[in-house]
Amino acid sequence: MTSLVLPEFLHRVDHQRCRRCKRCVMSCGFGALQFLERVVADHAKCVGCHRCATFCPEGAITIERNPTALRYNAHWSEEHRKAIWRQAESGGMLLSAMGNDKPYPSYFDHLLLDACQVTNPSIDPLREPMELRTYLGSKPERLEFGAGPDGKPRLTVELAPQVQLETPLVFSAMSFGSISLNAQKALAMAAEKCGITMNTGEGGLHKDLYPYSRHVVIQVASGRFGVSPEYLQQGAAVEIKIGQGAKPGIGGHLPGEKVPHEISETRMVPVGTDCLSPAPHHDIYSIEDLAQLIGALKEATRYEKPVGVKIAAVHNVAAIASGIVRAGADFIFLDGFRGGTGAAPTVIRDHVGLPIELAVAAVDDRLRREGIRNRASLVVAGGIRSSADVAKAVALGADVCAIGTAALVAMGCHLCQKCYTGNCSWGIATQRSELVRRLEPDVAAERLVNLVRAWSLELKEILGALGLNAIESLRGSRERLRAVGLDQTTLDILGVKPAGR
Amino acid sequence: MWKKDERIPSGCAISGFINRCGRKESGEAILRSIAAMHERSNGLGGGFAVYGCYPEYAACYAFHLMFESEAARDRVEEFLRRSFVVQGAEPIPTRSVASITDQPLLWRYFLEVRPESLTVGNTFLTEEDFVVAAVMEINAHFDGAYVASSGKNMGVFKGVGYPEEIGRFYRLEEYQGYLWTAHGRFPTNTPGWWGGAHPFALLDWSVVHNGEISSYGINKRYLEGHGYLCRLGTDTEVIAYLFDLFQRRHGLPLSATCLALAAPFWSEIDRLPPEEATIARAVRMVYGSGLLNGPFSIIVANRSGMIGLNDRIKLRPMVVAERGETVYMASEEAAIREICPSVDRLWYARGGEPVVAAMMPLGAEAEAEVA
Ligand code: SF4
Ligand code: SF4
Repeated sequence: MTSLVLPEFLHRVDHQRCRRCKRCVMSCGFGALQFLERVVADHAKCVGCHRCATFCPEGAITIERNPTALRYNAHWSEEHRKAIWRQAESGGMLLSAMGNDKPYPSYFDHLLLDACQVTNPSIDPLREPMELRTYLGSKPERLEFGAGPDGKPRLTVELAPQVQLETPLVFSAMSFGSISLNAQKALAMAAEKCGITMNTGEGGLHKDLYPYSRHVVIQVASGRFGVSPEYLQQGAAVEIKIGQGAKPGIGGHLPGEKVPHEISETRMVPVGTDCLSPAPHHDIYSIEDLAQLIGALKEATRYEKPVGVKIAAVHNVAAIASGIVRAGADFIFLDGFRGGTGAAPTVIRDHVGLPIELAVAAVDDRLRREGIRNRASLVVAGGIRSSADVAKAVALGADVCAIGTAALVAMGCHLCQKCYTGNCSWGIATQRSELVRRLEPDVAAERLVNLVRAWSLELKEILGALGLNAIESLRGSRERLRAVGLDQTTLDILGVKPAGR
Repeated sequence: MWKKDERIPSGCAISGFINRCGRKESGEAILRSIAAMHERSNGLGGGFAVYGCYPEYAACYAFHLMFESEAARDRVEEFLRRSFVVQGAEPIPTRSVASITDQPLLWRYFLEVRPESLTVGNTFLTEEDFVVAAVMEINAHFDGAYVASSGKNMGVFKGVGYPEEIGRFYRLEEYQGYLWTAHGRFPTNTPGWWGGAHPFALLDWSVVHNGEISSYGINKRYLEGHGYLCRLGTDTEVIAYLFDLFQRRHGLPLSATCLALAAPFWSEIDRLPPEEATIARAVRMVYGSGLLNGPFSIIVANRSGMIGLNDRIKLRPMVVAERGETVYMASEEAAIREICPSVDRLWYARGGEPVVAAMMPLGAEAEAEVA
């Protein structure tokens, strides 16, 4: 059937400049370029990933948005019309990748941070210590002391296991299968270097990553891929994945053709079988089932590591989070509706969930009100784009922010949103060896380390301006935020005053 | 009245001394000491805390109250009569001082808790919990009324004016105490609110504070989670409540409380001997929301002693001196020399390291005798 959808991008080559090296042809993972005496583009296949333009030695390539205009219609937007054509052609659900890209408001962009003037001094992070260290795990509400033999106070309670993070950042879950092994290696190497963690996602832990296991959070998801006693022994913490911000309530599907030998081994399934992650865990149909699984995983890991739960931010998120804490989770990973994914039905990605800013505020409030905030750390994710977002999320109540998309972008991802095709030209969301090879773990890790370092430096600068020298003094301190252009109800939910007050 | 949820930053002078044997003296010395730091205040707030001043009512909670109107007084008195046995009630004696105007009605009440009020349904409160709840209730829910202090055998005298004027106004030379603290305030804006002056007190905790708590936002939210309502518009009240929470309710050793309030840096903790490191790490993890971040020097007192504490990078001054059994702490050396020209020892308190001047056991006996 002929497609009625015009190409999204136009790929232009300046043939005067082009020296016919064919590098662009090889770099395109989507087969959009051919060399027929000169470079010829199939515009319809161009996804705008910019791999070719980035590496063209002559700077001969420009990629433009197709300017061909459809008649403007505010209601029947181009996007709606194109979606209908695509569905009329395929009869299937539309798929997307990465996070919700619709222009819903970003509350981060309506929040401003405070700074010190005169009455309290700001602190210069270049001269004074600035502390970002954060511990992930459950803390008791209070400590208890007795007297030791020398008469000095001594702790009489032992703290639950904690993961020490040198900065309040971790890498979000991205499985081997959704991303390449090289991408995972880069994340693991960077996590080790930065003193933070990466997360296996639901695809198991490849043997090559075992050396980094102190900086790896291992996930147990509904498909239970790769979960074995040995797997559980690895890892700094265990995360039960209930949901994901990009597709709350939706499972996963890694088609059999994307399950070659290494993935099959890591996921512990035969080569070529579909990996179906059911929408719910089939042993969790209510909160007490979750409590059992948490208990079982703690037992299996001999109470040596925190066990947390990842959920998508949905409407009733505060009550759900409270239940999860009471079920014994040591941390909650809260994923907002901007969170990324390797593949999701577009309709779900774009229309389900909650903004993370509101979710973290509501959850932090609820846990405080119930006096159980200390019992679990809050890891917050779903569209964290900069250190400013991190600072604001922390002020709203996050202990730690998790970055997935930002980490991929650091490695080269251009957010073309075609991860589900497995053709990622950047060697990230692909298993094609010729593409994977181009992502060198060392180089990608260095980019990640640089990003984490840069954000950490910026966080220190922000803290210094706030007159603080430890991140815990910002955590939950909504007094240091003001809002511009938000209505009263939203202000109440965020617990933030309007600017000027 | 000034709105109870607005915060006013301020800078200040503090001074305090304790006779560790419990020997008492009148308010003249502390007045002279704080007056020596006149430039550190701007006439918009001064106050004093004194311990041992009500021996005749030593078993009662002495409530110092400020009222904006007779109607407010009526409402609060009705509440007090309902909640406590009122052993004494009288206006706080004052004298007129030209520069001091607009004073609220100042009253004090000597209260005993009825044992039966400590059982609410199935929950049993301690006397202190009951008193704290009553103080919070008045401060948060009775318009035009404010509890300045609520401890046994102690009192807070404070108001809008230079501290030495406030001292004369309250006739402090007529009181005898073994522990005195004082505060001169330099608020950065000017609501003339008497309740906003220091010391802040709860039960027999009192705090005078020079500085600004940059972590106020989270300290306040943390305390609110534990039932403390921060409605007094200055960050100092959180210090008093944190002491009450950590020391009285959580029963932390003083060393742990100070670790929480002015925590050592992680890099320092990592270098400590393992046992100490475990404690410090645990305290920071569990009580991180109680860390006082920002510049401060404080003198915290209760019936059994006085603690001086600086923020961990020492952004505010604090001098400590000793002479015999008396320990002095002040923002400036001059304030100490003024009342004790030759000291045995004088030093600058280090950032984050508490200076503790506890009553000597003998002093405790003397105190018991008086009671
Ligand atoms: S990479 Fe650039 S120079 Fe090389 S063939 Fe493509 S367009 Fe021409
Ligand atoms: S990971 Fe690759 S395929 Fe996915 S959005 Fe980024 S560049 Fe595109």
